[in-house]
Amino acid sequence: MSTVYSQQQIFKLLSEIPDPEIPVINIIELGILREVKFVDEVCVVVITPTYTGCPAMKVIEDDIKIKLKEIGIDKVKVELVLTPAWTTDWISDVAKKKLRAYGIAPPDHSSVDKKVLLGKARDLKCPLCGSIHTEMISQFGSTACKALYRCLDCKEPFDYFKCL
Amino acid sequence: MTLQEAKFEYLLRLGDSSLIIGHRLSEWCGHGPILEEDIALINIALDFVGNATSLLTYAGQVESKGRDEDALAFMRGEREYRNLLITEQPNGDYANTIARQFLFDTYMFFLYEELKNSKDETIAAIAVKTHKEITYHLRHTSEWMLRLGDGTAESHERLQNGLNDLWMFTSEMFEMDEVDAFLIKEGIVPDLNKIKANWEKRVFEVLAEATLQIPTTTFKQKGSKEGKHSEHLGFLLAEMQYVHRAYPRAKW
Repeated sequence: MSTVYSQQQIFKLLSEIPDPEIPVINIIELGILREVKFVDEVCVVVITPTYTGCPAMKVIEDDIKIKLKEIGIDKVKVELVLTPAWTTDWISDVAKKKLRAYGIAPPDHSSVDKKVLLGKARDLKCPLCGSIHTEMISQFGSTACKALYRCLDCKEPFDYFKCL
Repeated sequence: MTLQEAKFEYLLRLGDSSLIIGHRLSEWCGHGPILEEDIALINIALDFVGNATSLLTYAGQVESKGRDEDALAFMRGEREYRNLLITEQPNGDYANTIARQFLFDTYMFFLYEELKNSKDETIAAIAVKTHKEITYHLRHTSEWMLRLGDGTAESHERLQNGLNDLWMFTSEMFEMDEVDAFLIKEGIVPDLNKIKANWEKRVFEVLAEATLQIPTTTFKQKGSKEGKHSEHLGFLLAEMQYVHRAYPRAKW
């Protein structure tokens, strides 16, 4: 039965799955879904974790299986790959806009910069009021992929999606 | 020794160190000195446990005896554990935890930087991923070294005491045996002498900036490569493994 669906159709279907921790963006926009292929009637879905210990991966795996079951695909294998390593560079521009609208400052530069060992926190634009007078509260925020900032003008705290 | 045996042993060393230090950090959950630090330490713990999961899963595959990551984590006793002694040392006060974490993070940062070039594709892939994360950890612990070392008289003293107590466990990180020699020859793992040089340079730089003294103790503790641990590991495992051993096939 599974052969009646093309890879593109399945990709489109899976694009309806939101990230469990940041539900405004889906797993394709986030760059987690890497590949869909059929191997001997089994639908193989390849995903990559944002962070090695990300607890959302198990939820995403279950969501994929449920979604495919809805259209009659029962034989599903979700493969976890580490290469190439996920990077915030894979987050699409559309997704970055959605993140900002949701109140999370999107990653503002490519990968980890060289000053990372003892680098100073970067100037980030507050996703709520747009001010650049912001400061980092903590490198580590509500989830593994985020840091915690606050705006010195509107006084609101906000999450920043860390560059990786 | 076969390549398979050497790889299995080495993967246990890497995976066990990450698992045990991850577990130690998780003990801070709900006890952090401030909320942000509580969250930070638990985030870091999660990265370590994630890294351990990848390594122990692969160790089980290399061993090919049907053990998965849970079997390796929860069904081995302390004499079968290969984690570095520094990783199992108790948390102590916050300065003590920061000292332990800084010494280990610096080691891991340079080790995994080299493991990225491993001829074993899976180890290289895990290393690329882990190195990105450890970079954040090291920045965090380095900042705390400066904050506490160059802080108040009390924070300085506590951190210096922590460093002095832990120093005897650091030389073990760079010891090599026949497993290392075998895998170095195969291009799978780096020569730890190179890691040691980088580690010392970095650690000494941060200590100087934090106005801390390099500990003068020459006493050295070792034994983890033969499964000889301090008494602390048994207690840690008893807590970590209890549920799995009491309810071996439980699922939730």
